Amino acid sequence: MAEKKEALFSKKNRKLMTDPLDGANPISIQVLGICSALAITVQIEQAFVMSVSVLAVMMFGNVIVSAMRNLIPSRIRIIVQLVVVAALVILVNELLKAFMPDVSEKLSVFVGLIITNCIIMGRLEAFALGNKIWPSLLDGFGNAIGYAWILVAVAFFREVLGSGKIWGFQIIPESFYELGYMNNNMMILPPMALITVALIIWAQRTRNKDLIEEN
Amino acid sequence: MAIDKNSNGYTFSFAIVMVVVVGALLAVASQGLKTRQDKNATDKKMISILSAINVEATRANAQEMYDKYVVDSKIIAGKDLSAEAFDVDIKKEFRDKKLAASDRNYPLYICEKDSIRYYVIPVIGTGLWGPIWGFVALESDYRTIYGATFDHKTETPGLGAEIKYASYSDQYTGEIVADTSGVFQPIVVVKDGSGSGLNAKVDGITGGTITSKGVEEMTTRTLEVYVNYFNTLN
Repeated sequence: MAEKKEALFSKKNRKLMTDPLDGANPISIQVLGICSALAITVQIEQAFVMSVSVLAVMMFGNVIVSAMRNLIPSRIRIIVQLVVVAALVILVNELLKAFMPDVSEKLSVFVGLIITNCIIMGRLEAFALGNKIWPSLLDGFGNAIGYAWILVAVAFFREVLGSGKIWGFQIIPESFYELGYMNNNMMILPPMALITVALIIWAQRTRNKDLIEEN
Repeated sequence: MAIDKNSNGYTFSFAIVMVVVVGALLAVASQGLKTRQDKNATDKKMISILSAINVEATRANAQEMYDKYVVDSKIIAGKDLSAEAFDVDIKKEFRDKKLAASDRNYPLYICEKDSIRYYVIPVIGTGLWGPIWGFVALESDYRTIYGATFDHKTETPGLGAEIKYASYSDQYTGEIVADTSGVFQPIVVVKDGSGSGLNAKVDGITGGTITSKGVEEMTTRTLEVYVNYFNTLN
């Protein structure tokens, strides 16, 4: 092994974490995980809880698949990935139910959503299966954060405009409502999540012209 | 490498080993954690019952508070009137398609707070994605709702899931479920915003219509049974 040992946070490794925040964002660029971005962005709190859960599952999943990458038969690799993710999610849920029941109640529906989150499967397939453990961990972290900020940003707009609240606290004062201000109920409904994501994509591509596809 | 990873044999062996390992792991986790999970579920049930009479309990003092406020519990109708009310799993009975509606057990929790009696009624129904349930407390006149609390398993956060918050359940407080002669009066969920005030109507949740209607259905179906029971007491 003449190869020089790579630093833990070498430029290449740092890029694994920073790329998914913008230029390779899983939601706005790769358009993955849209389903959960629509479903749970009505309130910031839930978007946040979902993001944390995805972060945990993505990092563990990436590490486990990466550790087994030389053993997994390629013909059933998708099934193996699915089993890894599903088992992790169930395990985490069982532990939460036993030790942190209140958190588990908050997570209720998200558990199913995490398993079906295409970002997780996408990263396992595209990255963890062909890379070492440490870069896979960073990649999982980066992508989860990239997913998280979009989710929280969308939830921010939907919660403020849809219910006048942030993290469940009323921020639009009662006097506004008396003057005739109304919450926009449209924001609460799923179509506005798509439109908000689209607006983020628009802003992102206006700022960074390299992201615009040629056709 | 000696083993051909693309061979059928390897693929099958890998799959079998994986299934056994994952299966065993999950089974052990599930069994090992069951007692704790059951205790948590029991505590949660006590907390919900108490919250219907506006008593705040925590997981730490659930049992103690329950013993303090719940003076009696019984089954008012159903197949097995002698069963322990708290142990009746109304969720399971509701799901059981083979069990006739008249055979379901209807538990009643009698609570006492500041020497006033309240009657806590568990309700169970179906939301959009899965079960919804709750507890409705009646005042000692058997017809005024003192408090209500609802919960759900898988309703959409921000939409149907809003039923579990006070902003929704507080609308039930003060509503009347039976007129003075004991005729049952359902609490309807409306869309037009006319639900405020005490008029046997509550406002549904925007974007959560099916869940709101589920609450209406379960309260109507269940409270009627209890109102009929209370009529026999008078």
